[in-house]
Amino acid sequence: MWERIAQIVRKEFVQLLRSPRRRLAVFIPPLLQLFVFGYAVNLDVDNIRIGWMDEDHTPASRNLLSGFQGSTRFHIVALPENDEQAQGLLERGDAHAVLRVLPGFAESIERGRAAGVQLLVDGTNSNTASLIAGYSQQIVAAFATPVVRKQQGKLLFTMAANAGSTSMKAPRLDVETRVWFNADLLSRNYFVPGVVVNIIMLVTVMLTAMAMVRERELGTMEQLMVTPIRPVELILGKTLPAAFIGLVDMGLVIAGALLVFHIPFRGNPLLLLLCVILFLFTTLGAGLLMSTISNTQQQAMMTSFMFATPAFMLSGFAFPIRNMPVVVQYLTYLNPLRYFMEIVRSIFLKGTGVDVLWPQMLAMLVFGVSMLALSTSRFRKRLD
Amino acid sequence: MSWQRIGAIFKKELRHIMRDPRSLGLALVQPLVMLLLFGSALSLDVDRISTLVYDADQTSASRELVRQFQGSKYFEIEGFVDSARAVQRGIDKNRILVGLIVPRDYAKHVAAGQVADFQILLDGSDSNTASIALSYVNALVQDYGNHLRATALNRHAGRALPVPVDFQVRIWYNSSLESKNFVVPGLVAVILVVIAGMLASLTIAREWEMGTMEQLLSTPVRPAELVLAKMLAFFTVGAVDTAIAVLVGVFVFDVPFRGSVWLLALTSCLFLSGVFFWGILISALAKTQLVAYQVGVATTFLPSFLLSGFIYSIDNMPKVVQWITHIVPARYFVTILRGIFLKGVGPGVLWGNMLLLVCFMVGVFFLATWRLSQKLT
Repeated sequence: MWERIAQIVRKEFVQLLRSPRRRLAVFIPPLLQLFVFGYAVNLDVDNIRIGWMDEDHTPASRNLLSGFQGSTRFHIVALPENDEQAQGLLERGDAHAVLRVLPGFAESIERGRAAGVQLLVDGTNSNTASLIAGYSQQIVAAFATPVVRKQQGKLLFTMAANAGSTSMKAPRLDVETRVWFNADLLSRNYFVPGVVVNIIMLVTVMLTAMAMVRERELGTMEQLMVTPIRPVELILGKTLPAAFIGLVDMGLVIAGALLVFHIPFRGNPLLLLLCVILFLFTTLGAGLLMSTISNTQQQAMMTSFMFATPAFMLSGFAFPIRNMPVVVQYLTYLNPLRYFMEIVRSIFLKGTGVDVLWPQMLAMLVFGVSMLALSTSRFRKRLD
Repeated sequence: MSWQRIGAIFKKELRHIMRDPRSLGLALVQPLVMLLLFGSALSLDVDRISTLVYDADQTSASRELVRQFQGSKYFEIEGFVDSARAVQRGIDKNRILVGLIVPRDYAKHVAAGQVADFQILLDGSDSNTASIALSYVNALVQDYGNHLRATALNRHAGRALPVPVDFQVRIWYNSSLESKNFVVPGLVAVILVVIAGMLASLTIAREWEMGTMEQLLSTPVRPAELVLAKMLAFFTVGAVDTAIAVLVGVFVFDVPFRGSVWLLALTSCLFLSGVFFWGILISALAKTQLVAYQVGVATTFLPSFLLSGFIYSIDNMPKVVQWITHIVPARYFVTILRGIFLKGVGPGVLWGNMLLLVCFMVGVFFLATWRLSQKLT
């Protein structure tokens, strides 16, 4: 039995890696994906282009301006002089926001009245817009704090003079924030580990499904069947190379993640390997299942695309599951990718172990075993 | 160029698409499912942040602070625990994102008019959610801190202190800051690319593989006619898809539509034909369906998802990647779609993007025709 399996495995490898172009097709896309995701997938907001519309032209307003200039996040790209120009900036997308200092800004501050500052934000990208609003608020707060102190100091002084010496202290609220696991809040650290999940899924599902369907399309499946090879041996012989290439691709991607993108890896590599093997049961089973419902390679590819895209979108890779409608959230429990995504991110960033991750691992085991059982039985039936 | 020949191939192609239920499903049902599912599920809005509280102080002042978080729609208190260790466990187990820890002397410090500090623990692994949560925390602390100060001073002086800067944020185009208004118009572009590029490249690659393409080419049909006829067939399907996607966006997801329908129709035609020509070009370059599929995914789906500004803003990418995005046609179409849907702008603003779409379409048409005639000889 093992000898026959070894023969099929050898044949598969020869077929997969026969020509230079095929070898590239197996190893280049994962790396390409890693680089595209690592460099392009980024939700941080670092280059905010703002228009500065100063209707006050006083030292106070220029003081606020230097607050924005001093921040590395903001770049002042235009100085609109009227509403039309400001609107044009936002319409063309030349600026993300326009900061407008209303006339009488300095005077209001001097007299202790509220001085007006408006931020007009292009809300098209809701995510960017809320971060821009948050960052601007911080800069304005930093500008306002010394002003408040000065005014309060004056007030306290007069009050102390009037009332004699009572303790004139006002509390100050201070928050100490500790960001764990990703202290610099880089979205790269969150996304790149997710690429590992994606690549293992794409490579293994596709290779398995294609390996089977190709034989059927070319009519060589019948030839294989008349040999002494048994279905289980055929399945093992076809899936093992896919699993092996999936593991090699994963190794490449992890190496790239650590060396090029400096993603922290805090957990146990062996635990990750164990989880990958659990996950492979599911993907290989899925590939096999797809091959049983497809007659041509085109159908197999379309089917796998129809399943892979939703599975990927609903895995929590780019869009937090917590934000989805409750019905869809329940739906994601049926998505094996979801569990693996949680596991990979936890191992990379949090360094958690089996004590925390066992429910996800259990879920993957259940998925994997049932998927393999289902696809094997369907596969046998189709052969008869 | 004979219109009769184009018409004949057009009919044949349409029948091909209609006959195979899977292709038809991919062409018509898949976009609908994708739009409905992703339009509702792909949300980056950050609210109801799960929060765990450890209140070591247990005074009315500390409870008042906790109530500030309870009252905010952005935070949802999952529960109270009695040690900082339990808060950490909650973050480790992915149960919560934010931990609020009020130390023992909090009320004492507030009463004495000293610096009263408390702690926020934040799971930073999802940096986007964490940064937005952080800005909510900062805003809340600032507001409540001002309130505390003002009440203390008022007690002394009986006089309200003004807030020095009245900072108003006005959000244009998407005033409720809902990410669906941002995601759905972009999704229209992504779906069209997937359907158009993949369908075109796969179907034609199949003809090469089956050898029926050679038969077609041996007829008097000329390459340009073939490319046009095939494009028109897919175009019919693509136009139906566009209509479905836009209607679902406007009526199911309530995305505002502020611009001109005609401009949308015109630009969609430009974009669709460009993508179809691209699919035809891929299939003429690739020898097998497998290669056509891989090249199709690599050059249509991935770039239009990742490099078009659909979700990830182009401004944040490294300069080199920003340059690459200029050759992704979806980039221009996403900009146009958002402009028409949300901003209600016209050709006066969008002409540059439209011109580039035309360039892309014409360029790819000539490439595809040239490649096909090369294959002939």
